[in-house]
Amino acid sequence: MNISLRDPNVVMKLSRLGSFHQSRLSFLRSFLKEFKDWDYKRDLFELNENGYGTAVFSFKKKDRVYSLICFANELDENERSDRVIATKWDTAFTLFDGVPTKLDIDRLKNEVPKQEIGRLSFKELTLSRANKSVRVFNHVVESLSNGVQPDKELLAKVGYLYRTTAVYGSGKFGLADRFRIKNREEIYGPFRLEMMLVYLVRQFTFDQVNHVAKNRNPKKAVNLDPEICKSLGIGNSTGLGMAPFIVNHPTLLNNWIYAREVSLKKIREIKNVTISESNLFKDCLKKSIKNITSWNTKSEYQIKKIKSLLKDLDQFILFLDSEFDFNQEQPFNKLYEHLEEKCEEECVEYVVSMMMEPYDNIVSPLIKKMSSEEDKYFNIPTERTVFELKTIIENKYSEILKIDFSKKENNLNFWFISKNKEEPRLANRFDENGSDLEQPLAIARDIKKLYEMLSMSKDSSTIAIFLSNNSDLRHVVRRAFIVEKFPYSEIQDNTIGKEIVPIDMLRLKLSFFGALKFDPRSDKWLRICMFQGAPLPEQLKNYDEHWVYN
Amino acid sequence: MKSLSEIDTVSKRSSRAAGYSWGIAEEIGKNIRLLEMFSLPGIKNLNDFLNKKKKIKLENLNLITEDNNMDNSQFCPVIAGVNFLDQIKSLEALSEIKFKNIAYPILFLPFVSRASEVVGKRIFLRLDENDFLLNFNNNIISNFSQKKIIKIAENVSIKILANEDSFNDDEWKELYKLSEETFVEENESLKQSGAGAGLTDND
Repeated sequence: MNISLRDPNVVMKLSRLGSFHQSRLSFLRSFLKEFKDWDYKRDLFELNENGYGTAVFSFKKKDRVYSLICFANELDENERSDRVIATKWDTAFTLFDGVPTKLDIDRLKNEVPKQEIGRLSFKELTLSRANKSVRVFNHVVESLSNGVQPDKELLAKVGYLYRTTAVYGSGKFGLADRFRIKNREEIYGPFRLEMMLVYLVRQFTFDQVNHVAKNRNPKKAVNLDPEICKSLGIGNSTGLGMAPFIVNHPTLLNNWIYAREVSLKKIREIKNVTISESNLFKDCLKKSIKNITSWNTKSEYQIKKIKSLLKDLDQFILFLDSEFDFNQEQPFNKLYEHLEEKCEEECVEYVVSMMMEPYDNIVSPLIKKMSSEEDKYFNIPTERTVFELKTIIENKYSEILKIDFSKKENNLNFWFISKNKEEPRLANRFDENGSDLEQPLAIARDIKKLYEMLSMSKDSSTIAIFLSNNSDLRHVVRRAFIVEKFPYSEIQDNTIGKEIVPIDMLRLKLSFFGALKFDPRSDKWLRICMFQGAPLPEQLKNYDEHWVYN
Repeated sequence: MKSLSEIDTVSKRSSRAAGYSWGIAEEIGKNIRLLEMFSLPGIKNLNDFLNKKKKIKLENLNLITEDNNMDNSQFCPVIAGVNFLDQIKSLEALSEIKFKNIAYPILFLPFVSRASEVVGKRIFLRLDENDFLLNFNNNIISNFSQKKIIKIAENVSIKILANEDSFNDDEWKELYKLSEETFVEENESLKQSGAGAGLTDND
């Protein structure tokens, strides 16, 4: 029996997107898979006794080399801030295309620590910075220098030694444009070089902490146990900067969601599931519970979601163990139908991610299709008619057309770019100044306006003629023709309404990154952890692909 | 050096700030990126144009015809360009399209280049004494090589070129004959075992 792809009107609702979890499709997992047989090397490690200095780590295969250059600087406690307005960090990083010369390193030493106000070149691919979790870092140094391993409980609570506060790529601040590197097969998956940077930064944090401990007490110090290293990731503080990204890259968003939806459809269509497949699914699901029980947050919003997830999962696992028989046709489809009937969205999407675990053959081919050549879809097919565009909107934005934007609560907020940090922000249009400089992110409202204007135009008129009189709607005309071809390219919700929870948009993107333990610190920013439990570089050649649950 | 991504973003935002809609500003961002990629002075011309825009009397050319002429005023290169691109399918049949007085015509050029890709035909663009052959938006051949600002083109003409060979039949045949020297003559038995051999094709 053929199973249909899920309806975009269900999947693309913000509450659903904000319930997504990491999966085999996630970028950090696909990065590890792609680079597992590359040669890892620490090329340079010139740090002083306090851990300040320069280090270079690289991945190499045949003639291709990617090098992470790290600049660790002394930072006054008063200057340490995770806010985007910070101007100094414990360590700054760039991923260099090739092997950097001494001249390159000298040039970058002056630019990389400045981050947004520094200038990079086409030789650099990504840029980032990170701050220590001072409490954890100092505890680890103290313990190791005394010859003992650190308190695992404390480490488990935090999950990392350092957290990044931004990772930039694709031409920002002079970095290489994507067109220069897009034909390299090893980076066909999205954000692969950003993932490489974070992964190598993680290794830097272990090497640095060992180095400082050793220098503090050369005779007694021990290295951090590799098993403890594995249990640590890299933290990340993420604000609203990510939210507009998913609106501004519609075909890319489609390709991410489409890969997930096609995976689910194919898995639901599997007629007979083998015992090893069902066992692997159940094993990953059960082991993964520890990722939820160790999920620490003070956010009431997230605590409620975690409680509901745990409750639903308990019942679902009970159902799996005591009632469900995999020895029937299309068992995953039956499970999916059960989930939709009995569980909240958070649990449905959690189990959907788990269903992918046994099916590398289904998931892997889709990973290479998750990038997008967005410029290909930029031109508007202006020879089409008003009638055709109206029909597209009626079919693809049916829920959006029901929203009444004359009501204050549906038009409450506006997105803008802050002048001091050039970062996206959200504000109440009735309380704050600046709504005249609103960014084009109120897609639902503008689509509705477009529909109203089309309804007043002649059906047979071409879009070229329509646009010559309605240029203010050009941005949404383009989108409507994109959504015609890419069903999951549009959030089917109001991004400026009273009920908007911006972290749902961040959560969507971060789940595709492969982040765990979303910890909202407000409705506008959150902390996460990446690569926690991931194999160390030396272990990559033969690692367990289900490491997330071990 | 600025990346093309930075060029796109800053051009888009500054165009929006100068009064264009977001949709048009997006077009300008892509266009300036294109010009700079082809080593044409996009940023220079856009910067000067947006600075002077309010001081020049600009006309919006919404419907493009064979002869576009508005006495004593200049056409806005962006609005003329965006409408040229939007209307290219209906303009394709015209042998020549003429414009009088397009302000900052370098900003008009990328719309024509993109139109060449849309119709799948080369387009010849003349901006006064400067000629541009726009090849499907893949490259631009031109006698204009200076990184300068052109404030106005008084006479602009566009010819959408038919997809024709640049060589004659004899030249093609001669070259084809030479290419045949890479082929091997088949013997009878090989001919009998080729695809479809031995079957009736009337089944």
